[in-house]
Amino acid sequence: MSDTLLVEPSAVSPTKRAVGGLLRSREISVAAVLVLVIVLTTLKNPNFLFSSDGWRDLLLTPSLLLLLAVGQTVVIITRNVDLSVGSTLGLTAYLTGKLFVEYPGIPVWAVFLAGLAAGAVLGLVNGALVAYGKVPALVITLGTLYIYRGIFLTWAGSDRINPGDMPSGFLDLGTKTILTIPVLTIIGFVVLAAVGYYLYTARGGRELYAIGSDPDAAVLYGLPVRTRVLSAFVLCGALAGLAGVVYAARYGTISSGAGYGMELQAVGAAVIGGVAIFGGSGTVWGAAIGAFLLVTINRALPVVGISDFWQRAVVGALIIAAIVLDRVFSAREERRLVAARDEMRNAK
Amino acid sequence: MSDSPALVLRDVAKSFGAVVALRSGSLAVEPGSIHALVGENGAGKSTLVKIVAGVHRRDAGVFQLHGADVDFGSTAESKAAGVAVIYQEPTLFPDLSVTENIFMGRQPLGRGRRIDRAAMYTEAGHLFDRLGVAIDPRRPARGLSIADQQIIEIAKAISLDASVLIMDEPTAALSGVEVERLFAVARSLRDEGRALVFISHRFDEVFELCDTVTVMRDGEYVSTDAVAETSIDQIVSRMVGREVAELFPKAPAEIGDVVLEVEGLSSLGTFHDVSFTVRAGEIVGLAGLVGAGRSEIARAVFGVDRYDAGSVRMSGRAVAAHKPRAAIRAGIAFVPEDRRKQGLVTDASVARNVAAVIRRGLTHAGLLTNRDENRAAGPWAGRLEVKTSALDMNAATMSGGNQQKVVLAKWLATEPRLLIIDEPTRGIDVGTKAEVHRLLSDLAGQGLAILMISSELPEVLGMADRVLVVCEGRITAELSRDEATPERVMHAATATVHHSAEEVPA
Repeated sequence: MSDTLLVEPSAVSPTKRAVGGLLRSREISVAAVLVLVIVLTTLKNPNFLFSSDGWRDLLLTPSLLLLLAVGQTVVIITRNVDLSVGSTLGLTAYLTGKLFVEYPGIPVWAVFLAGLAAGAVLGLVNGALVAYGKVPALVITLGTLYIYRGIFLTWAGSDRINPGDMPSGFLDLGTKTILTIPVLTIIGFVVLAAVGYYLYTARGGRELYAIGSDPDAAVLYGLPVRTRVLSAFVLCGALAGLAGVVYAARYGTISSGAGYGMELQAVGAAVIGGVAIFGGSGTVWGAAIGAFLLVTINRALPVVGISDFWQRAVVGALIIAAIVLDRVFSAREERRLVAARDEMRNAK
Repeated sequence: MSDSPALVLRDVAKSFGAVVALRSGSLAVEPGSIHALVGENGAGKSTLVKIVAGVHRRDAGVFQLHGADVDFGSTAESKAAGVAVIYQEPTLFPDLSVTENIFMGRQPLGRGRRIDRAAMYTEAGHLFDRLGVAIDPRRPARGLSIADQQIIEIAKAISLDASVLIMDEPTAALSGVEVERLFAVARSLRDEGRALVFISHRFDEVFELCDTVTVMRDGEYVSTDAVAETSIDQIVSRMVGREVAELFPKAPAEIGDVVLEVEGLSSLGTFHDVSFTVRAGEIVGLAGLVGAGRSEIARAVFGVDRYDAGSVRMSGRAVAAHKPRAAIRAGIAFVPEDRRKQGLVTDASVARNVAAVIRRGLTHAGLLTNRDENRAAGPWAGRLEVKTSALDMNAATMSGGNQQKVVLAKWLATEPRLLIIDEPTRGIDVGTKAEVHRLLSDLAGQGLAILMISSELPEVLGMADRVLVVCEGRITAELSRDEATPERVMHAATATVHHSAEEVPA
């Protein structure tokens, strides 16, 4: 949702328009809530931000969800959803550990590559079924959520990967920082920037928005709908795979519960960040801020002394509030757009 | 460019299942000319357009572009071959900016294959200047009026730089000034040597703009003439072309008291000041072109849609607005245009469908059994001669004619006094059509008041005791059975209303 000025374009300077658009954007309001949460919690307990651990955790904890939310956003923009990312994450995290166990001395970059590739393949399965099978993504990925988790359980059994199974060079990634910013967070930011750039400036990226905005119209435009939807799922799967590797590096321990329920957090982060659940609008920037807000609120509430039950309720309320606000704002926006066009005609 | 026409279609046929949409369509458009394509609703014009656009694939016939045989499997292929199409209904992406809508899929690229937004906005600005409209290129398409959306479609088609440009009723929603602008642009495109196809129901526009006119009727090619050598009357008679009066005879029925009384019904942007009555035993036909507002009027009377002003009375008693349940209680039954979508649960059994509306009266302690449903549905299905082996049969597997009967049975079970039926025989084969007509005639004979919407002129003329003609949301003529000739109805349906810019609904 960039700017929506209705006057003649020449009448407003580009800077003013950019600033106006930014101030009205959903991303800014979510970011404001995030800042508010951080400030209030820090007032209660200064260690939340001002200890070295506090600062690091603030950035490090959301890095996993960040990757998932970015991938999820790309899929949601096309009016689909991928519920299998939690299982994909678990499966690739276990694969990561297994690779280190089976092939000691395997280079770290190769493990990252393997995680990405494995995730991409799982995403390809989702994408192919959705794009060519004409079955709603909700149903397909709900199915693969269980199937992927089932494969994971069968493969791992009661086995688990322990930190001792992995080289310290790899595990160090989980704690290492560059200029006080954790490496895993930097990975997340790089991915975020790349995907955000693609969605905004590439034809393929814009076509994803078009497809989600009106799939039938996209066909009439002659857009490659199937290929685009397929690629969105592949990208989402690959990022979930990457998140699996990051999970292994960060926690060191991988049991069969890894990534359980993460898919809903990813959808929640995207929705909170202003990505419309029916496709066509929203940005990965918003989803990223949503991921930070979701994770940070979960960490902040115990600090403020709110009980476990209320912690979950707050997260739920946040998601509902985000959707309700979205409805209210988009209805108001639509009225404004109609009215503005009316005025212009009357003035003519 | 060679001497061959830009676009040639010869004996092109297309069927959808059992329904033949296009029997033998032919069209030859020369470069540097504007070719009008006219015909009644359902004559096959839009199907022909969609074949050229690559939406549908033809079943048979010749299709050439600039002298070479082509066969488009997708809209992308036809676009790449230089064909631009403005569809009857705008197809925009509401979430994206107006400019992105115009350039989607072929945005100007700058360095590193990134979209050059500045160039895109400038180009969109030029297009709007050329069309003489003031629309901010940066605003989203959401909230634009139909007229604005149509202009975006036109801008999109022009910017494609196509050698063949097809416009399917582009002026339906435009104001006088905008139409003039569009025509100026169309003429300049013609002078550049492009081939244009212009579909319109407004004959004055056809005669003002076009060089050649091709007439279609019932999915077939009828004639092609130079516009200068023909007249409106000649074209109308070719469009209608047959004696129809006795095709669907309605048995004379005793016309009783006024059942439905509609007064001053208005809904912003769709219809204005609509007043009419329907009497018991009478079939009133609502004629007009697709998009004239007939279905909207019917939906408002039944309470599905809201209306801004006016009143609906059944036998003198006011019917609450926007409450279908109140309308049903007042004795109105409504068979919508799209049976599959709005009238029939196609995945359910016949009995369940028929019983759906009266379910309330059938339940025992809140439970509804199959036996009760079958018992209630039986007599109705029998009376309408629904050909299903058992009432348990799934409605989706039935023919169009039988589906229509199931929908009718469903509503007749509520014992209505007024039946509103929208396009009663659309998608029904010829044999069953007559059966549906006989059925409607019988029902009228039993004292039911019927309001029938139909785009098929023969059907309206054959069935209706009175014909109301709707044009652009207003009733432009009320004709008795004797007065109603195809020519008079067509003239009233295409009566060009010259509206000013202020009148155009947002």
